[in-house]
Amino acid sequence: MEYKSTDEKLQTVKSSPDIVSHLVPNTEDCRKCENKSCQYVCPAGVYEWTDWDNRMLVKFENCLECGACRVACDKQSLVWKYPKSGYGITYKQG
Amino acid sequence: MTTNKTDVIIVGAGVAGVAAGITLARAGKKVVIVERGSYAGAKNMFGGAIYDYPTRDLYPEFREQAPIERVNKTHKYMINDDNTSVTLSFNNEKSETSYTVIRAKWDKWCVERAVELGAYYSPMTVVRELIVKDGKVVGIKTDEEEFYADIVILADGANSLLAKQIGLRKNLKDCENAIGVKEVISLPKEVIEERFNLSPEGGCVTEIIGAPMKGITGLGFMYTNKNSVSIGLGVNLDELKKHKLTPNELLNKLKEHPSIAPLIKDGELLEYSAHLIPEGGFNAMPKLYGDGVMVVGDAGMLVNNVHWEGTNLAMMSGMLAAQTAIEALNKNDFSSKMLSLYEKKFKETSFYKDMRTYKDAVKIVHNNAYSFLWFYPQKINEFFEMFTESGYVPRRSLYKRFIKNFIKKRNIKGLIKDAINFARLFFGVLK
Repeated sequence: MEYKSTDEKLQTVKSSPDIVSHLVPNTEDCRKCENKSCQYVCPAGVYEWTDWDNRMLVKFENCLECGACRVACDKQSLVWKYPKSGYGITYKQG
Repeated sequence: MTTNKTDVIIVGAGVAGVAAGITLARAGKKVVIVERGSYAGAKNMFGGAIYDYPTRDLYPEFREQAPIERVNKTHKYMINDDNTSVTLSFNNEKSETSYTVIRAKWDKWCVERAVELGAYYSPMTVVRELIVKDGKVVGIKTDEEEFYADIVILADGANSLLAKQIGLRKNLKDCENAIGVKEVISLPKEVIEERFNLSPEGGCVTEIIGAPMKGITGLGFMYTNKNSVSIGLGVNLDELKKHKLTPNELLNKLKEHPSIAPLIKDGELLEYSAHLIPEGGFNAMPKLYGDGVMVVGDAGMLVNNVHWEGTNLAMMSGMLAAQTAIEALNKNDFSSKMLSLYEKKFKETSFYKDMRTYKDAVKIVHNNAYSFLWFYPQKINEFFEMFTESGYVPRRSLYKRFIKNFIKKRNIKGLIKDAINFARLFFGVLK
């Protein structure tokens, strides 16, 4: 079986993303955060630290709504909500 | 307030919520099941299996009518090194203990049964907060409206923001939670049966320790469905942080393992999914009740972290919470004291007792991850590699070399430490 990147895998998930993010990191805290663990624990590669912008890029449209980032956030300051009714993922094979 | 008030509101139409819902509906109580997904199961993911007990108590007709994938008649335990694996396989063609299901089909079927019995079901409804009056939970606030009930049952899953809102749950610790990732891979029915050596209805559950999670608290799994294989793993969040690994990387490596890759070869990825597993177990279990409120399933962190069971604890807790709610409604008493009966009942079940039995098991393994999940799995594989080899070196020399190498690598101090921890694990379970 061929190797698949996270992005390719995510194409198999039915999703209707909102236009505003349901995940809001505290940028001040992110800047001070040493580990930026959200980048590792996320199964969907939602978080990507951008040096040039000095902030966390949040690809919330990829979110699988698992909450790993919420639990793992070292500063415990990530605002994590469920997407609005009718938005987000719809699993067919869970 | 009379028009938008009911007896019981259940937040979440997963296995726990619907178990509560159907129990209440059967007793003729007015119950509303609220679900944030566009259908029950839309936001849910598990390994996974459901268990005959207590499923049969809730849905007596499920075996004939429910969308079951396969009956698990084979259980395999794989101990992996990088390129080799030792597998123990148990087969019982008569077994009717557990079944694989697809949550999108199973949860939907269950909620339909509850609706048939009179439950009111509202999908695509996100509950934002609980309405609390004088310290008592009296209703829910959704994106659109407020809704009131005598009792609210929180079946809102592993993240349970609602249990957190009312202080029943604290901030979760990363070492108490694992992330589960899974790929469902489509394969023809006959191919699955041939590769896993299955009878037409039979299924196989495989649990995998060691590579690619050497020294990492985590477990790989494979479940056979009718026309697909679910492969995935659960790994503690603190391990991902420590080793700077992503769950998807680990899953790719697991799929590439030489003993696993042939089983899923030429399959097509149907869906990738992820879910949080509240596997803190006994020590992380919160109080399961308050004034006007009870917490069930993953929301109450009711997971057996050694046997990786959750759906059975979820159904049982949902059923017991509903039974308590029925008594409370009959007595018109929704106090925390009345609802504490639910926790008391749950503590009498085999599920709770199992959680207690294993209360320190994962911690011991986690604290000794190198030896339990790397060194010994590797040595077991090396032993069989040596044992099955045939060459010019006499076997006695091989054995001596193996033992020498074994002791040298782990050293006496390490071996004594492991023996003590193994004894702690063993007697912790048996005492």
